[in-house]
Amino acid sequence: MKTTDTHTLSILVANKPGVLVRVALTFARRGYNIDSLVVSATHNPKFSRMTVTAKGDPATLEQIIKQLNKLVDVIHASEHDTFSAVDMEMSLLKVKVTATSKTIIAKYMKEYHAKLVDETDNILIIAQIGSTEELNSFENILSKYGLVELVRSGKLLMMKGKETT
Amino acid sequence: MKRKTAKTTKTQKTMTGAQALIKCLENHGVEYIFGLPGGSVIPIFDAIYESKIKTILVRHEQGATHMADGYARATGKVGVALVTSGPGATNTVTGIMTAMMDSVPLVVLTGQTISPMLGKDAFQEADIAGISMPVVKHSYLVKDINSIPRIIKEAFYIASTGRPGPVLIDLPKDMTAGAFTGSLDQPMDLPGYSIPGKGNKTDILQLAKMLKQSRKPMLLVGHGAVISGADKVVRELAEKMHCPVTMTLLGKGAFPETHPLSLGMLGMHGTAFANKALTACDLICSIGSRWDDRINGNNDEFCIGAKKIHIDIDPAEINKIVRPDLSIIGDAKLVLEELLKHVEKLDTAEWLRELEFYKTEFPLNYSNAEGLTAQCVIDTLYKVTKGKAVVTTDVGQHQMWAAQFYKTEHGRDWLSSGGAGTMGFGFPAAIGAQFGRPGELVVAIVGDGGFQMTLCELATAAINKQPVKVVVIDNKYLGMVRQWQELFFDNRLSGVDLVGNPDFVKLAEAYGIKGFHIDKVEDCSRVLEEAMKHPGPALIHAEVIKEGNVFPMIPAGKSAYHMIIEAPKVKMEKPTGST
Repeated sequence: MKTTDTHTLSILVANKPGVLVRVALTFARRGYNIDSLVVSATHNPKFSRMTVTAKGDPATLEQIIKQLNKLVDVIHASEHDTFSAVDMEMSLLKVKVTATSKTIIAKYMKEYHAKLVDETDNILIIAQIGSTEELNSFENILSKYGLVELVRSGKLLMMKGKETT
Repeated sequence: MKRKTAKTTKTQKTMTGAQALIKCLENHGVEYIFGLPGGSVIPIFDAIYESKIKTILVRHEQGATHMADGYARATGKVGVALVTSGPGATNTVTGIMTAMMDSVPLVVLTGQTISPMLGKDAFQEADIAGISMPVVKHSYLVKDINSIPRIIKEAFYIASTGRPGPVLIDLPKDMTAGAFTGSLDQPMDLPGYSIPGKGNKTDILQLAKMLKQSRKPMLLVGHGAVISGADKVVRELAEKMHCPVTMTLLGKGAFPETHPLSLGMLGMHGTAFANKALTACDLICSIGSRWDDRINGNNDEFCIGAKKIHIDIDPAEINKIVRPDLSIIGDAKLVLEELLKHVEKLDTAEWLRELEFYKTEFPLNYSNAEGLTAQCVIDTLYKVTKGKAVVTTDVGQHQMWAAQFYKTEHGRDWLSSGGAGTMGFGFPAAIGAQFGRPGELVVAIVGDGGFQMTLCELATAAINKQPVKVVVIDNKYLGMVRQWQELFFDNRLSGVDLVGNPDFVKLAEAYGIKGFHIDKVEDCSRVLEEAMKHPGPALIHAEVIKEGNVFPMIPAGKSAYHMIIEAPKVKMEKPTGST
């Protein structure tokens, strides 16, 4: 395995202040860089869900997951693959358009199921939901048509079928 | 007079947060709080005024944490420290980290500025919950007065169960000064916290099978075995199987070192025979040790060819350093009690003969040819006290000599800062241990370097009439670093000369503590005998030869195959391993 593999972790935590710091410290202390992080309350407001993507070697990751599980405020932490789980993310893309580019962009938006959410003075904000690859690909296209700004949510993940995340 | 006034001005009905806090501590059986007050904790000290809990006023907050730590290690109960906000709180960090590294149950209560001032750089405000986060098992910032009983209950539970550790509770002053209106008995809310128990039965049976197939097995006992109270079952197991036992620095006491099956301590400064056994065994079973770099400097060469088994209560220890052939997650005592049912006498006669040869060939020894040595002082102390003292140590050469020459028979009789290697630990830890075990002989073996880091606690020992005995091994150097500089850095001594040490006897006397002095081999026994009999606290200043070195030695980063048994004649390479 390459040491730069990207891993996706799902961490269920108590919805309390300071939990994020404890989780972040567990990664930082072992030199793991967090690439993306999404935190939000679950349907039960007592708990929050963190979805983390990070790059690094698998042995260190094993240690990180075990150390995360040791944290009192962590209910459970585990790594997931894309076979047993659904994952997606969202991006907001700001594009400066002309009359011509707008038509082309509209075509791609349809192809990528992206949505126009704002248009102010020839500047569009487009929202897209999809896999990391779809988001990357759409971003590449828009970069040729006046992409000004990009904000990505980071990855969300959920286990398929009966199993809970 | 003062007490009377206090009583008449307090109404019985309303309770402050501080009073609720102290009530909860009483309910948890707290006898002593080691601490030092300041503005933000005056309400708590005020509540202690009418409590049966005794406050032990320390001279520095680091001392408070080490005392609470020594109390906890010596008794198995939770040690409690109470300090003020800001510098009072930051002074506890070393002690908290020391407890964390060695899995010691502490509850550290820190004062904090009032809630509305949090994060506004108030006087003596420090984000202690943030500062301490990497070195606590868990921590709390109290934001609701009425949550105090739940938090205290959780803190004691977390600190003392599973793999124990320190828990910090940061208490804004308005949380302790304000009115408490909640219930004193609240349930815990810890959905993310669970404690491993008996271990997987199938794995235990598998271990019994592996042991049966082994001809050269060894048990490696660590602090986890002491903490879980597994010493009795470790002994039964070793005797039933005829299996030798070695121990880590903190595993001393998990198996009697005078037992014929004991190999003593292994590792960097362990016995030659324990380290020889490491290189020759065909199976090693760790019970509550974490294979740390003092015993396993080079994982690639650690017990080559031997089956490795890891029993630990902390799942994160499995695969952290060693990738074992079999791991069992559970409490050492419970796992071994089950294992004991399934093992029988092993075919180890030849192995034990081989180890006996190592023991006779490479015994621990020392010579007084050049004058009084630290080893002689410690060996004599061992004989004078008949090995029955509760011993604490500081960190450095004296610690290793004490580990080698003061043999430990029972769990909780050997208290030393292992993981953290905290100089200044030994003396305050001894005071804490003495509070926890009144009537027993508690001896702190400390170096002249480390002792000077926390010697202000001589006042604490004197005022509280705690009859601890402090043996200051004085070689006028930071000896362990000097040893490394001699062996690996061409004897370019840099920053290690403790010239200007005080007269330790006079120093003790200045605090009203009886001082003794030894600098000759022939006085050693008599003076130690007299000092140990002294009813109050005593300090024994032992001036030893300046340039003694600790052997055997495995250079950092090397495996047991590279052990040096005596002073090398050739120049050594600089060590590559961790410190």
